Amino acid sequence: MKRKLSHKIVHVAVLAFFVVLLAFPFYWMVIATFKENLDLYNVQNNPFLFHIKPTMANLNLLFGETRFLRWLWNTALVGVLVVIITLLLSIPAAYALARLTGRWGERLGIGIFLTYLVPPTLLFIPLSRVIAVLGLQDTIWSLVLVYPSVTIPFSIWLLMGFFKSIPKELEDAAMVDGLTRFGAFLKMVVPISLSGILTVVIFTFTLVTQEFVYALTFISPESNQMVGVGIPIFLVRGDVYYWGSLMAACLIASLPVAFIYNLFLDRFIAGFTVGAVKG
Amino acid sequence: MAVGGGKIKSIGAAQSPLLGFAMFSPALLYIGLLIGAPFVLAVFYAFSDARIGGGEMHYVGLENFRSILQSPSFRKALENSIIFTICAQIIVMVCANILSIALEKPFRGRGLVRFLILLPWVAPVSLGTIGWKWILDSIYSVITWVLVWLHIVKPYSGPYWLGEAKLAMASVILVHCWRLIPFSTVILLAGRTAIPKEIPEAAAIDGAGFWRTTFQINLPIMTPILSVAVLFGTIFTFTDMTVVYILTAGGPYDSTQTLPSLAFATGIQGSDLAAGAAISLFLVPVLIAIAYLMLRVAHRSEVI
Repeated sequence: MKRKLSHKIVHVAVLAFFVVLLAFPFYWMVIATFKENLDLYNVQNNPFLFHIKPTMANLNLLFGETRFLRWLWNTALVGVLVVIITLLLSIPAAYALARLTGRWGERLGIGIFLTYLVPPTLLFIPLSRVIAVLGLQDTIWSLVLVYPSVTIPFSIWLLMGFFKSIPKELEDAAMVDGLTRFGAFLKMVVPISLSGILTVVIFTFTLVTQEFVYALTFISPESNQMVGVGIPIFLVRGDVYYWGSLMAACLIASLPVAFIYNLFLDRFIAGFTVGAVKG
Repeated sequence: MAVGGGKIKSIGAAQSPLLGFAMFSPALLYIGLLIGAPFVLAVFYAFSDARIGGGEMHYVGLENFRSILQSPSFRKALENSIIFTICAQIIVMVCANILSIALEKPFRGRGLVRFLILLPWVAPVSLGTIGWKWILDSIYSVITWVLVWLHIVKPYSGPYWLGEAKLAMASVILVHCWRLIPFSTVILLAGRTAIPKEIPEAAAIDGAGFWRTTFQINLPIMTPILSVAVLFGTIFTFTDMTVVYILTAGGPYDSTQTLPSLAFATGIQGSDLAAGAAISLFLVPVLIAIAYLMLRVAHRSEVI
């Protein structure tokens, strides 16, 4: 009995420690968001308490006097376009790979997965010139063009697993009923894979909101930025940080993404584990 | 039925390579043009004297590599990239193992705890990092305030978390760990739930305690999944530029510069495309090693 209690205490202590460590920056964003500057910038005051009543001033500044809404809009727009391109290219490719049996199909699948490991920090220098030559510099179209190269490999990999789990007999039956192979793919396979496709949509969209290197490199005007770069780089005037508004912006931009990603997490993890888990 | 079965089989067996190729080639072309071609271009740049706004490019052989290998900032950046990656992986593995054990069994509020623990991974990196920049502020740092409150440091003489070389390096490692612990934890959790329940139970009947079960049974079974977590963690830390760029911008005096951040500072901000490309090519050996190890892990666990 005693042993059980001590177990429980250790368990709660471990969880509490990690929850505080990992979630603290977000808690701290909430505090800063609603604090008056006089209170925020006073080292005498206990920073955990409100010495002046909570204020909406930081939020007003953020929505009224910065490009925050514009950045959110840019991010949403790029996100939607990249999702569309990713789906159009990766669904057929994943299906072809899933049904392409034999060594070559597997090798190509692994090859595709490995291209996911190529980081933006390896390619941003040459790509910045490609973007300049194409005349896309400083526009969000540069990101619409480049982001699918990051999202397609992982999406193909995720969808391949999905398509493989669909029995071939289903398409065969559809083809007996007079559909072509491509027709069977469109009318039978795609509809029952909707949950896999949704996973790819969420993965792609969150990746667009998280990416930093390409957006920083390709786009310099403030108004064409994405949230991930706009907030940390342009919400600073000269050397002055508007910490209250800055933290508010981080919070507002992070939470929805975090919430949606959380719902789909188990599926992404299944993709990451490369089959090292047989579940 | 027998006749029908035969017919279905014949249609199923009729592969359509042309259709397969048509469905696969657009994606392949995209990847080739936006990953393959830029990589080749990076190699070209590294052997040239390309500059932003410069006119013609010339072949200069190994000149770029010679000059960056002699530059102290490059050596420091290479060293930092390795130190940050190794330190972060060790800390993350220890923490993620502990945390995944604590999260394994269901308890009340597990969903909420999981959401809170996952926040650093699922929120955009650049935004989480700017949150840390506020926590580690030179004057208004909450950590400094707590240390003053506990009488560990004197008021107004608190540490400059991001302004002193050693502390800045520690801060960068801290933020990397903070971001990676959730990711590794969920991966390990996936591996842990895949351990057949009978094995630890049988071990318990044979008298194995918690530590023995953990180290002699669970960890060996979990080796493939641990490797996956470490390999991904290594890629994320070694090739990351966001955390360093936002937290310290490589400073103070290049003391936290890493290969990617130095490549950015040289190639984009300093307009020296050739040197920047040469610096970023130093990521390639590590990436190849990781790709190789990843394939071995996948091969061992008999999926391929």
